[in-house]
Amino acid sequence: MPTGTKVLLGVLLLVPIVVPLLVPLYARETPALIGIPFFFWFQFVLIPVTAVMTSLAFLVTSRHERAGGVR
Amino acid sequence: MSDGIDGVALGVFLFFFLLVTVMGFVAARWRSAASLDSLDEWGLGGRSFGTFVAWFLIGGDLYTAYTFIAVPALLYAGSAVGFFAVPYTIIVYPIIFVFLPRLWSVSHRHGYVTPADFVQGRYDSRGLSLAVAVTGILATMPYIALQLVGIQVVLEVMGLGGGEDASVLEKDLPLLLAFAILAAYTYTSGLRAPALIAFVKDTLIYIVILVAVIYLPIHLGGWDNIFSAAEDKIAASNEAAGKPVAGLFPGIGAAQWAYGSLALGSALALFMYPHSITAVLSTGSRNVIRRNAALLPAYSFLLGLLALLGYVAIAANVETENAQLAIPLLFESQFPSWFTGVAFAAIGIGALVPAAIMSIAAANLWTRNIYKAFINRDATHAQEAKQAKLVSLVVKLGALVFVLGLPSEFAINLQLLGGIWILQTLPAIVIGLYTRWLHRWALLAGWAAGMLYGTWTAYVQPSATDPTVTHFGSPLALPPFVDETKIYIAMLAVMLNLLVAVVLTVALRAGGVDEGVDSTDPEDYRADADDEGVEAELDEAVGA
Repeated sequence: MPTGTKVLLGVLLLVPIVVPLLVPLYARETPALIGIPFFFWFQFVLIPVTAVMTSLAFLVTSRHERAGGVR
Repeated sequence: MSDGIDGVALGVFLFFFLLVTVMGFVAARWRSAASLDSLDEWGLGGRSFGTFVAWFLIGGDLYTAYTFIAVPALLYAGSAVGFFAVPYTIIVYPIIFVFLPRLWSVSHRHGYVTPADFVQGRYDSRGLSLAVAVTGILATMPYIALQLVGIQVVLEVMGLGGGEDASVLEKDLPLLLAFAILAAYTYTSGLRAPALIAFVKDTLIYIVILVAVIYLPIHLGGWDNIFSAAEDKIAASNEAAGKPVAGLFPGIGAAQWAYGSLALGSALALFMYPHSITAVLSTGSRNVIRRNAALLPAYSFLLGLLALLGYVAIAANVETENAQLAIPLLFESQFPSWFTGVAFAAIGIGALVPAAIMSIAAANLWTRNIYKAFINRDATHAQEAKQAKLVSLVVKLGALVFVLGLPSEFAINLQLLGGIWILQTLPAIVIGLYTRWLHRWALLAGWAAGMLYGTWTAYVQPSATDPTVTHFGSPLALPPFVDETKIYIAMLAVMLNLLVAVVLTVALRAGGVDEGVDSTDPEDYRADADDEGVEAELDEAVGA
């Protein structure tokens, strides 16, 4: 697997693990969204972001697997 | 709580309950196997589930009556740390994506059914394998017990089970009935039953939560109102305690450490539970797992919304001493009767599915790693399946005794203990998927150290809010040499576990102690369903 692909996969999978653990980053009340404090809605936003990143990681690995299977 | 029984709500509840009961028995014929008399068929559903079924099945593990009841209960009680369930279910998917395909591959190459099978094959150590199996069974029982607590809570709010003065039999009869039905169809249909019922369960839960989070805030004056009601209640309880015991979000550093360590510890623990691994191994190819890691976060979104219902209950003026009743009471007070019935059915069935999967997983562990490894080495497939079926009953019975015999507060504390225990199998399983450097005896010693330290530390924690609770009062503890910042005990224990394992490995290797024979091959960790020649570097890159 090319180095670029490895780095890409690393980023796609590490970001959703690391960001939720940086609690001070988002433990704030403002800015609120439709009355929901930042702390809560930020984590809701993280969910689809994670889904998109793991989906991309899935596409990258399966494309790579297909290419490898041709060998 | 209303005094009488709401006939409409009860009728709807019973309708759905009967529906899933019929489905549970019919499931034996679904994707029919020649015979259910083998562990692969009964305990892993033939190992052929695709993305769609797996999504429901794995989701069923994550999304239990416990999360339906206990997570919002924490927020209702004024502890925003309870919202850790959301980051926990975010972190867990990239983690699954990275290591579970490897476990899937090696398990399919060697016919492993349980995590302890893998440990046996990898480390050639019956002691270590036994430790993993026993830990799995031990940690699963209180988890099943909590599912039954979920059913109990719903029955109580519905007015079944009588009042304070009801006889023991009258009080527990509905729960016993629900339990008997669950036990019977798990026995006959194996993993196919919860897989099929999971469709109904999830449909109901999705409908209920979506209605709840759209209808209730409109009805109660918007999220603004809900959060300010929660803030008022938290301020009042802080004033009553004379110190900040609660907050709308984890504002101070100590609470943030608690929040982060609970999220990470729970995420790492989730896929050590035998029932999660059972669900993963029942899938038809390793890509099913990866695709699911991308699809499953839909559940996290609902889980977050569900958690916020704890604050909604505050705004709706739900008053109860027992925070676990908050959500059922909220539904009962805000929804029309028929929809209350649907909501209660969702919680009840939401408890049955994971309870069934968990008991099957524990039964698999018993059969493969204790019965076959130590009691009857020449067991036939039919004998294995027979054992597993019987043990699935025994495990559930054990859980039932838990629920009926102990106060429910205690059950929740044991669940916390389960999380601490199960995480101690992580070094052997997860690190074992990548390297065999850690010595088998060092892993066993690390496991023992983690188990003892974790159990003891949990035992001596008093409750922060209730002075009458002096043991198992909190999942958090102070690390050694630290004064203020408490973190999740499971994380502390697993760090000790790893430290012991590493130090002893160095010593044992220096002493040249026999490390056993590895029966797996590096290629095994990359094998896929039809394609033996999967690109070799893939998992190393993902793991890097």
